[in-house]
Amino acid sequence: MAIAVGARERHGHAGRIGRVCVRMLAALGVASVAGCATFDPPKPWEKGDLARPSMRLDADPLAARAMAHVYQSKEGAAGGGTVGGGGCGCN
Amino acid sequence: MREFAVTLLVAMLVAAPARATRTGEPAPAFALSTASGDTVELARLRGRVVYVDFWASWCTPCRRSFPWMNELEARYRDSGLTIVAINVDKRREDALRFLRDVPARFTVVFDAEGRMPAAFDVKGMPSSYLIDREGRVAAVEEGFHDDRAAALEQRIRALLERH
Repeated sequence: MAIAVGARERHGHAGRIGRVCVRMLAALGVASVAGCATFDPPKPWEKGDLARPSMRLDADPLAARAMAHVYQSKEGAAGGGTVGGGGCGCN
Repeated sequence: MREFAVTLLVAMLVAAPARATRTGEPAPAFALSTASGDTVELARLRGRVVYVDFWASWCTPCRRSFPWMNELEARYRDSGLTIVAINVDKRREDALRFLRDVPARFTVVFDAEGRMPAAFDVKGMPSSYLIDREGRVAAVEEGFHDDRAAALEQRIRALLERH
């Protein structure tokens, strides 16, 4: 706070903007902390709904494999559809 | 600003999660019903070694733990072991379908509200709690590992031999 006051004495208008920024940051901080209080991730025994087949990102495993195959051949990126490795054409 | 910090600190202390069930402590009491409507009460199993297992139909390792628990039940029932498998499925049909695939020859009870896993503070699925004859938690097992089954069985045998 002392820094902000000093800045206002020296720079006037710029100091006021600085103070507003600090206040807005503080408000944002408070808001994000409130978010932590309400966020309650599912407990280990509550993951049944997440495990249902309808929760898959790819609806049909066979169709997903076909899509991946087409993607890889078109892009020349075998294994490039996943996170680890790939793209070199050496596998 | 200081007031805010104090408020935040208090809020964090209040919001601290429930303490985990630790070995040596009394196991949380439960009374749950089986598929046929009988009530299984932990307090009434005092004097027996109880193996409480939390499972769900969507839990893949549970599928492998059932045959092992069937064996345990067959081998140690007469020596004083009771296996109570607590199902935590939200839908009873899911659990019953699982049981048709993987038959259980031990006690299965249902807790769709998830009150007991919360009381035991289950950290992962499946989780098992070995409870001694005095009703204290002797061992906590997270997950099912084939290579740990033998050691766990040894532990059960040691508890059964203690009177």
